Amino acid sequence: MKPAAFDYMRPRDVGEALKALRGANGEAKPIAGGQSLGPMLNLRLARPKLLVDVSRIDSLKEIKDEGDAWRIGACVTHAQLEDKALPGCELLAHVARRVAYRAVRNRGTVGGSLAHADPAADWPLVLAALDAVVRVAGPAGSREVRADAFMTAAFTTVLADDEIVESVRVPKPGAGARWGYYKFCRKTGEFPEAAAALLLDPERRTARLFAGALDRPPQPLDGVARAVAQEGTASADMIAAALARLAPGLGPAARKLRVTAVQRAILQS
Amino acid sequence: MSAEARPGQGVGARVPRKEDARHLHGRGLFVPDMMLPGQREVAFLRSPLAHARIAAVRKPPGSEGRVFVRGDMPEVLPIVAPSTLPTFKLSEQHHLAYGKVRFVGEPIACCVGRTRAEAEDLAEQVEVDFEELPALVDAHQARLDPSIRVHEEWSDNLYLTLQLDNGFDECSKKADVVVKREIELSRQSMNPMEGKGTLAVWDDRANQLVLHSSSQTPHLLRVGVARFLRLNEEQVRVIAPDVGGGFGYKCIVFPEDLCVAWLALKYRKPFRYVEDRREHLVAGANSRQHHYNLTAYASKEGRLLALDAEVTIDGGAYSNWPFTIGLEPGQATGNLPGPYDFRGYRVKTYCVATNKPGFLPYRGVARTGVCFAMELMIDAIARAVNRDPYEVRLQNLVRPEQMPYDNVARKHYDSGDYPRALRMAREKLDVEKWRERQKRGEPDKRIIGIGFASYCEQSAHGTSVFAAWGLPMTPGYDQAAVRLTAGGGLEVRIGVQSHGQGMETTMAQLAHQVLGIDVARVQVVHGDTGTTPFSTGTYASRSMVMSGGAVVNACRELIPRFVRIGAHLLKAPEADCRFENGAVIAPSGSVSLKDIAEAWYMRPERLPENVDRAGLEASVAFKPKRDTGAFSYASHAVAVAVDPETGQVEILDYVVVEDCGTLVNPMVVEGQAIGGIAQGIGTALYEEQQYDANGQPNASTLADYLIPGPTEIPAIRIFHIESPSPYTEFGMKGMGEGGAIAPPAVIFNAVNDALRPLGVEVRDTPLTPEKLLDAIERAKAVPKREAA
Repeated sequence: MKPAAFDYMRPRDVGEALKALRGANGEAKPIAGGQSLGPMLNLRLARPKLLVDVSRIDSLKEIKDEGDAWRIGACVTHAQLEDKALPGCELLAHVARRVAYRAVRNRGTVGGSLAHADPAADWPLVLAALDAVVRVAGPAGSREVRADAFMTAAFTTVLADDEIVESVRVPKPGAGARWGYYKFCRKTGEFPEAAAALLLDPERRTARLFAGALDRPPQPLDGVARAVAQEGTASADMIAAALARLAPGLGPAARKLRVTAVQRAILQS
Repeated sequence: MSAEARPGQGVGARVPRKEDARHLHGRGLFVPDMMLPGQREVAFLRSPLAHARIAAVRKPPGSEGRVFVRGDMPEVLPIVAPSTLPTFKLSEQHHLAYGKVRFVGEPIACCVGRTRAEAEDLAEQVEVDFEELPALVDAHQARLDPSIRVHEEWSDNLYLTLQLDNGFDECSKKADVVVKREIELSRQSMNPMEGKGTLAVWDDRANQLVLHSSSQTPHLLRVGVARFLRLNEEQVRVIAPDVGGGFGYKCIVFPEDLCVAWLALKYRKPFRYVEDRREHLVAGANSRQHHYNLTAYASKEGRLLALDAEVTIDGGAYSNWPFTIGLEPGQATGNLPGPYDFRGYRVKTYCVATNKPGFLPYRGVARTGVCFAMELMIDAIARAVNRDPYEVRLQNLVRPEQMPYDNVARKHYDSGDYPRALRMAREKLDVEKWRERQKRGEPDKRIIGIGFASYCEQSAHGTSVFAAWGLPMTPGYDQAAVRLTAGGGLEVRIGVQSHGQGMETTMAQLAHQVLGIDVARVQVVHGDTGTTPFSTGTYASRSMVMSGGAVVNACRELIPRFVRIGAHLLKAPEADCRFENGAVIAPSGSVSLKDIAEAWYMRPERLPENVDRAGLEASVAFKPKRDTGAFSYASHAVAVAVDPETGQVEILDYVVVEDCGTLVNPMVVEGQAIGGIAQGIGTALYEEQQYDANGQPNASTLADYLIPGPTEIPAIRIFHIESPSPYTEFGMKGMGEGGAIAPPAVIFNAVNDALRPLGVEVRDTPLTPEKLLDAIERAKAVPKREAA
């Protein structure tokens, strides 16, 4: 399959990108690494009239240490994080190393993953657990959206047609923080069948646990997280009950697998 | 690995493949690499429905000469593959759908553009009015209810029914134990790295239609294209350039081939069609789907006495040319008894038409299915009599002193020591180590299991076997042509096609073995009907035995001619001369092949009066002394770890002990085995095309249709036994398919070994984590009992 015809432009800065998107009346798509949009174009599932290639905009590629947080530009690739572009943040490198295959990681971006909003993707889940904040650039300037509220449904986000992800702010976990990230993939590099991410940060009095790879955005398992923070563990029944509430309709095998993912994320922490 | 390399470059030497350099440097030439002046690209509008009548097709305005339906190509005959098997019904497959569509992905319109994207733009604009019909998705239902029919002119949905009864009643009544199982394999596509593809061009100078096609069987494609386009064969040339894998998919005439050929004939321009992965997965899901109801009759020690089988094969919508849909049920019926010695066999095999792509022969042809079914039964018998499956398997195998052995399905096993392969596999796996670890338990709570599977593989079967399968094509003699060049090198021309088998190297090794010419100086020419002698092609693990045998004989044919010229050059009597290591040697001295070639081509004044006027080239036909097949065999053994919390299966060790007779190149044999096993692991754990109730395939990309990648394939340890076949040159046996036969059987047996304490026995491919978790959860819900 080859894409239907489209126009292509490569803006120099965010302003130019936003202008192009606005001018296309919803018929434009921003493209960065193209690792999800590319196949969708080829399958003709996505048929934008215009592709706005934001991958060469320097300001979107910055990684900054802001003291109590890291700021990751939307066009930072998974490979950059895998290769420790952020010294000291082992968690992000750990996650990045497990995104798809290296070839995908070389081009795929953090912002692209968030904007594409595949519920099985790594970053929407992990950034939700890390209590990250997404900075969105739009016609009226920038706005900030919590990562756990950014995806509203599978493949759907709060982004308007004329907005793009600009960066993500990831709070640095405190000393003594522990985390776990487990995903179950049938084969290396495939999207997971089940996933869970946990952050226990006593210094910041935070315990955040999310289940991913559902038919909806990553779901918070707050009660389970509290139990783990207080007692160091949570029962399979408690996890199953929480999942049944947040993601009803799972069959016995699917539920079992997701319970396992949560248990193993907890075990890792 | 274990085979000791023989020194030199001849039979048995680990000669690095000559093919590797171009492929590793990306300098291969495949159909999608080709670009001819004025070339047009072709895309197809394919059916979105599994079963529907076509009421009307409307082409987009202004698309004249760029969009074609069947009626625009009246010269093209439908693909009909007759079979002489009893009860066989013919299917008529038009190159573009005619009246009805019978599977999702069936081509309806052929669209032409300067680029593939442009051709696809056109295909999108073609409008079709369908009257949807109920889809036949389940083979059992399609067989039992003839009210809806794939081919309405038939009385039911059965391509054919095969039956065989040999000593069943007599043997079964002696049984102490009766074991019943239902066993099933999913529908798969073959997924060669390169899909199919054909570039057709009219060559005015040669007055020929030339097809550059990704084909395993260029000579057969030529016959087929000439037949279905009503051309004379001399008007058609087929060239198979580099071909990125075949696995059986590229042995047949495809409707798409006929379309581009017709376009090239009509417009005298190059037209190319290249299949993409989505088309392959949707329209090419056409193999492996067998269903078995088996009843085994055994003694209380687990000695198999008789087997009763009902086999159902989901044949899909059309029978292919030239192998026909009859090949699969024929092979299933004849090969189910496997390497075992028993005397009572009753089988009924149904091959059913459904609204899916037509079944094609895939590496292992039916034997992956029958091995899976038989090996699961052997383990089931062992459980029923409470013995170790290894012991039960061992006592049922045909013993070496019984060779040659005519089995219960009248297969003639030519040679080998089947129990030895199994014993060696057990020893190499180190069963005691795994049993201890299994008993001890894993720190991560995974469960260890070990399994075995044995099979024998009919290879290089010839005329008598194929004639019994009733195909429109029966292979006979294979020819090879060899020519000593003026510089003392050798050209070898063979009609088979090498697409990963390394034949440019191994055929050269055979020539080296006979003539002593350096492998680097042996040029193997293949894959081009214009330059090679006829062969039915590369399939059925036949090329080394058949074409290789012909190469050996053609090389031998030249030796007396060399000796005559050499003797003359040496001024010695012929009787005092001998040919050795590429030279004619007399007591007085020797002359090289280069000197002899120089005399024939450039210095005829040096030739003797009585020189053989056939010159320094020979074309010789060959078939083995007996053409019922040289049977390779192997035992596979694995250790797995099963995660009962995720349903994941990890293969911890994979051992193969194989015997393909005399090894020509152990590295090539091992490569073939590893590749086949990778595919077999796909069958066991990953690959499946599912259909919904409307016949819609659920997987259309490799994100949905999983095939194993490098990290899913364990290090495979291969050990060799060499029992030469009494019927072939050098005792070689075919082995290209074997790797793909045993993995589902051996992996399932190992998983069932692991899960036996939980009361779980899995019997249908692929073993997905979800299926395994479901089975475990279900087993928890019922009171524990021993499966029997």
